[in-house]
Amino acid sequence: MAQVHLKNVSKSYGALEVVHGINLDIDHNEFVVLVGPSGCGKSTTLRMIAGLESITGGDVLIGENIVNDLPPRDRNISMVFQNYALYPHMTVGENLGFSLKIAGKSQDQIDAAVAEAAAILSLTEYLERKPGALSGGQRQRVAMGRAIVRHPDVFLFDEPLSNLDAKLRAQMRVEIKKLHQKIQTTIVYVTHDQVEAMTLADRIVIMRDGHIEQQGTPLEVFEAPANTFVATFIGSPPMNLLDGIVQQDGTLQLGGGVTLNVPQQYTAKTRPGQKVVLGFRADNLMPCGHSLPMEGESAEIEMTVVLSEPLGTETLLFGALAGQEVQAKMLNPRPVSNGERMMFNLDLTRVHLFDGESQKSLR
Amino acid sequence: MSRLKLPQWFVLLLPAIIILSAVVLIPLLLSLYSSFTPYRLTRPETLYKWIGTFNYEKAITNANFWAAFGRTVLLLTIALNVEMLLGLGLALLVNRVTWGQRGLRTLMMFPMMFSPVLVGFQFKFIFNDNVGLVNNALQSLGFSDVAIPWLVDANLAMFSIIFAEVWTSTSVFAILILAGLFAIPRDPLEAAKVDGCTPWQTFRHITLPYLMPFIYIALAIRSLDVARAYDIVQIMTNGGPARRTELIWTMIGRTGYVDAKMGYANAMGYISIFLAIFFTIYFFKKLNAARTELGMGG
Ligand SMILES: Nc1ncnc2c1ncn2[C@@H]1O[C@H](COP(=O)(O)OP(=O)(O)OP(=O)(O)O)[C@@H](O)[C@H]1O
Ligand SMILES: [Mg+2]
Repeated sequence: MAQVHLKNVSKSYGALEVVHGINLDIDHNEFVVLVGPSGCGKSTTLRMIAGLESITGGDVLIGENIVNDLPPRDRNISMVFQNYALYPHMTVGENLGFSLKIAGKSQDQIDAAVAEAAAILSLTEYLERKPGALSGGQRQRVAMGRAIVRHPDVFLFDEPLSNLDAKLRAQMRVEIKKLHQKIQTTIVYVTHDQVEAMTLADRIVIMRDGHIEQQGTPLEVFEAPANTFVATFIGSPPMNLLDGIVQQDGTLQLGGGVTLNVPQQYTAKTRPGQKVVLGFRADNLMPCGHSLPMEGESAEIEMTVVLSEPLGTETLLFGALAGQEVQAKMLNPRPVSNGERMMFNLDLTRVHLFDGESQKSLR
Repeated sequence: MSRLKLPQWFVLLLPAIIILSAVVLIPLLLSLYSSFTPYRLTRPETLYKWIGTFNYEKAITNANFWAAFGRTVLLLTIALNVEMLLGLGLALLVNRVTWGQRGLRTLMMFPMMFSPVLVGFQFKFIFNDNVGLVNNALQSLGFSDVAIPWLVDANLAMFSIIFAEVWTSTSVFAILILAGLFAIPRDPLEAAKVDGCTPWQTFRHITLPYLMPFIYIALAIRSLDVARAYDIVQIMTNGGPARRTELIWTMIGRTGYVDAKMGYANAMGYISIFLAIFFTIYFFKKLNAARTELGMGG
């Protein structure tokens, strides 16, 4: 149990800076997920917290202490690696107990701790096996068990589920969440999968190119993305984005002659002539007669369906609007033929406007 | 015309079978046969006289043979252990070097590039008691004022030979172990750091188990090499003085070609091959065990 603070932390490899002065405060027992596209510096950040990577600038604090120059063994952290990083020459039991053995614990203490961790992760029957004789999911659990036997201050996970198949991943996601509730420890978890981020996190930290773009609870970043990058990165399907220009008369001119009213909540925040980006999720664009009742302001839009993807309880519709592809959602679906023209309702109370230049939210 | 129809696989293998018999099998059988005769190179007709296991009995009861045998085992044990430790140290050091490592690796191979005969001459000169480098250096630096008989005293001569052997072959270990170091995945090493290991503990518990297969391969190769050691000793001391550095193969060589007792030499050769086979099997067993440890073997 400990707080973790990153203060203006940066990392360079030679002349190339890959993490640019990030600030992050992580609370006791908080489950923080670092998410972002490949190469954005998530692993590097995590490895700097672990002490596996030196820090070029700034400070890393665990608890009250600056740990910049401490080796990993003095930080009381444990880490789960993407490729599990099990010790192939040790049995599962020895893998689990290794850190305790190194710490000089008695064999009785080690056995008790290993048995406890094995029970939590249902590994008891595999304790005598070598990692080579385990399935991917079992190895994954051993890697987690190795991390929990020590009761560290902080858990670090680097994409621990990315080598598992979809079903096992969903299963392990639940396991990790349960584990967090059971052992109550600060967790920093890296993933590039936004579903994992949304489901696991107390707080999501979205990174791009070595910067933090936004942080907040899963709902906050979903409902109020700070910029177009976050808007398209979080949520599935990604948010539809359309370029437009605010007109003198308070309307919003999209390409291809489509015009909407500027939503009420944004009228005070836009000025005529301003280039903006309109963003809305598929859930807020629904065919008339197949939508949820819309209470506030809404707009009717006609669109040709290019493709439909039936998902059972709903159907995803792909269409072209203002020259760009957009996705809509149809509830109580009926078969839709490609090329069919349909009327859609856009829920204006839930749309987002971003500045055309800075791509930042105008909220 | 009825022709004997050979199975196809046999026909396909025939060239290999013919070549192998001509090059390996027939000489092998011939030498085995000759070890049961009093065959002397100078009197070819002796090849046709069967004397049973007489040569073997003579070798087994010959104290000189066992002394040479023991000396070979001693050389093998000391040289291999020293080479292994030095090679391991060297590999670990080179592995830490980040700048100019390629150059260093090439440099490391230099001793292997010299013919053992030349190495023998080189050390024969270096350890010469009158004009040798070592004695001259010791005397000019004032450590000693007598000519130390490096190649004449039995223990010193053995030491000198081991020194030459280690000088030539440490790099075999260093290079194989370095290859092993390169093959270690980064993750378990980092996991060990996170698990609280000091650098020494990481080496002891993670690096070394990963290196063991490579070490055993090097030991297996080198044990065969040293068990048939001949050239360096032949040049440096010629097995002397008074047989004090005689190894199995210098003794066999002398018996076969100087004394011309080929049958007897062959018998001794067959006995000593067991030595080589024993070490090979031993190290391969160890190798397999180490590989199984790592979950690599079958
Ligand atoms: N040793 C290194 N030398 C130079 N550049 C590096 C090194 N390690 C990482 N980088 C660079 O740092 C950047 C961030 O890498 P990092 O591994 O943190 O990405 P990531 O966000 O974890 O990506 P992924 O999701 O693919 O794992 C990348 O652009 C990468 O090329
Ligand atoms: Mg990564």
